[in-house]
Amino acid sequence: MTSPIVEARSLAVGWPGAAPLLEGVSFDVHRGEIFAILGGSGSGKSTLMRALIGLESPVSGEVAIAGELAPKLEARRPTFGVMFQQGALFGSLTVLQNVSLPLERWTDLPRDAVLAIARAKLRLVGLEEAGDKLPSELSGGMKKRAAIARALALEPSLVFLDEPSSGLDPVTSAGLDDLILTLKRALGLTVVIVTHELGSIFAIVDRCILLDHEQRGVSASGAPRELADSDQPKVRAFFQRAARAS
Amino acid sequence: MASTLQGRMAPASSAPADAMSASRKSSARAKHLPFSVEREEGRVVLTGELTMRHAGALWRRLSEEVDDASGQRLDLDLSGVTHADGAAVALLVELRAALSGRAIECDLVGGSELLRELVTLYGGERAPTPRPKRVKERGVARFGGGVASVLQAIERWVAFVGSVAAGAAGVVARPRTSNFRSLITLSERAGADGVPIVLLLNFLVGFVMAYQSAGQLELYGANVYVADVVGISVTRELAPLMTAIIMSGRSGAAFAAELGTMKVSEEIDALRTLGLEPVRYLILPRVLALALVAPALTLLGDVIGVAGGAAVGALSLEVTPRAYLAELRTAVFFSDVWTGLVKSVGFGIAIGLIGCQQGFATSGGAAGVGRRTTVTVVTCLFAIVILDTLFTVFFRMLGV
Repeated sequence: MTSPIVEARSLAVGWPGAAPLLEGVSFDVHRGEIFAILGGSGSGKSTLMRALIGLESPVSGEVAIAGELAPKLEARRPTFGVMFQQGALFGSLTVLQNVSLPLERWTDLPRDAVLAIARAKLRLVGLEEAGDKLPSELSGGMKKRAAIARALALEPSLVFLDEPSSGLDPVTSAGLDDLILTLKRALGLTVVIVTHELGSIFAIVDRCILLDHEQRGVSASGAPRELADSDQPKVRAFFQRAARAS
Repeated sequence: MASTLQGRMAPASSAPADAMSASRKSSARAKHLPFSVEREEGRVVLTGELTMRHAGALWRRLSEEVDDASGQRLDLDLSGVTHADGAAVALLVELRAALSGRAIECDLVGGSELLRELVTLYGGERAPTPRPKRVKERGVARFGGGVASVLQAIERWVAFVGSVAAGAAGVVARPRTSNFRSLITLSERAGADGVPIVLLLNFLVGFVMAYQSAGQLELYGANVYVADVVGISVTRELAPLMTAIIMSGRSGAAFAAELGTMKVSEEIDALRTLGLEPVRYLILPRVLALALVAPALTLLGDVIGVAGGAAVGALSLEVTPRAYLAELRTAVFFSDVWTGLVKSVGFGIAIGLIGCQQGFATSGGAAGVGRRTTVTVVTCLFAIVILDTLFTVFFRMLGV
């Protein structure tokens, strides 16, 4: 395994004035790895992801991305891509403009090259025909796929995906899994993924951590199969319930 | 794309010195690039690293090499490529499509297994599909489309006003089907919260009106008539208008934004699924709130506007407040005040209806909400002026 690209050390996250949602969270994500953050609803998965990418300041502890502590988001070209749970596409821009935006901001590519790359990213996620549509004209699943295309626009070596498969039909979801695996294989992409989808977890995830709301931290970590066969009843129960749900 | 690439060709008449200089610059640049692009018979050979970092240079070099390409085939040979990322492969696939548009067959050949996988992922092995050209709409079609959209807007408005009227009739029959509990909150937001700005602006309007008249009145020694000028113009026109303009910006825009956000977040649909009729539950309380607070605010505007005139009378026309008030009693009749108040009720209803209609017509997320809010304010101002004209003519015909 290569050097870590994401390092979390004794992280505590939560809302100001309230008890931390998570405490003492430590883990590494290695380059070229697909790493999942698992947990039930309200266990703090998305909050942890927001702390990892610098949108929330941790109550305590440290996060380093590619060896750099607390990266300032707007100061320079992003070193990672992010797909938010609802897509977070810009409503006043077409889908193609959404994907072009980071390329226009952070590269000196001529306009036709920007559009060529943006169209190719949309083609990757099966949305080439939707480039001229506004986000409001897309279904929930299409918005997510467009958001993945935007997250990949700047060829990041690391992407964070917040529930990419939820709400997608099984065929599209499996296609997305294939895409993530291919990008990992062909480009060495590192993926940190927040998901509930057990099918995706077993199909693509190398390692994962399971968050527990009651413990306010990580209850187990390892390969998905190891966790599913864990000695801890609560960990095993999570996988059994998730399997029933999916 | 083909035309774009054509556009990058150097002019045929370039001087040799320029060409040499360009060549020197090109080779100097090329020395720093981690890739090379060489044109050979029937193919373009790429070697080295192709990444987004140098994607601009790669695009320019490829464009230069294929600008004058002719013949039936020109493959892109990737055998010498040591590493490539998605952006670079996307550009190669785009170039292939551009060549296809010029009837030149092109395949991406060679390369490692991983690179082949990336080429496949980006559609480099599928038959290139030329993008359909956009057909520019002709002037007549645009005009027709404009007329149709105006007619549709009128139709939507008629339907909306009809549904509100039907809803109001239904509420009269069954008052509990509306949400009159929200009336107090809405009236407070639209009325009480707006009192300071209504007072300030109407005072300044009365003040300015008196100040503008002062010079002319002094000329004729008719200083005391400042009370007539200010009293009649404020009560009949200026206070209702200024108050309505403030309400458009505050309440009309707020209604459009609030209901628009509810619409895009499906809250209005949720109301329907709960068996609550949005017209009765959301629109009628808002329209009623504005119909109630508009005359109240206007009356305050009347008083403070007249006070603004009195201030100018006392400060620069030597008209005492007592004399100003005595003259006001003789000049301003009750009909001047009530016509202004009736107007303000009309303005309040119009602002409420426009704000709610625009809110309900919102689509397209945050951008749609912003657009509808702007349209609300502009439409309200337009409607206020139109209504004011109609009211003025109507009252004139009634002789009041």
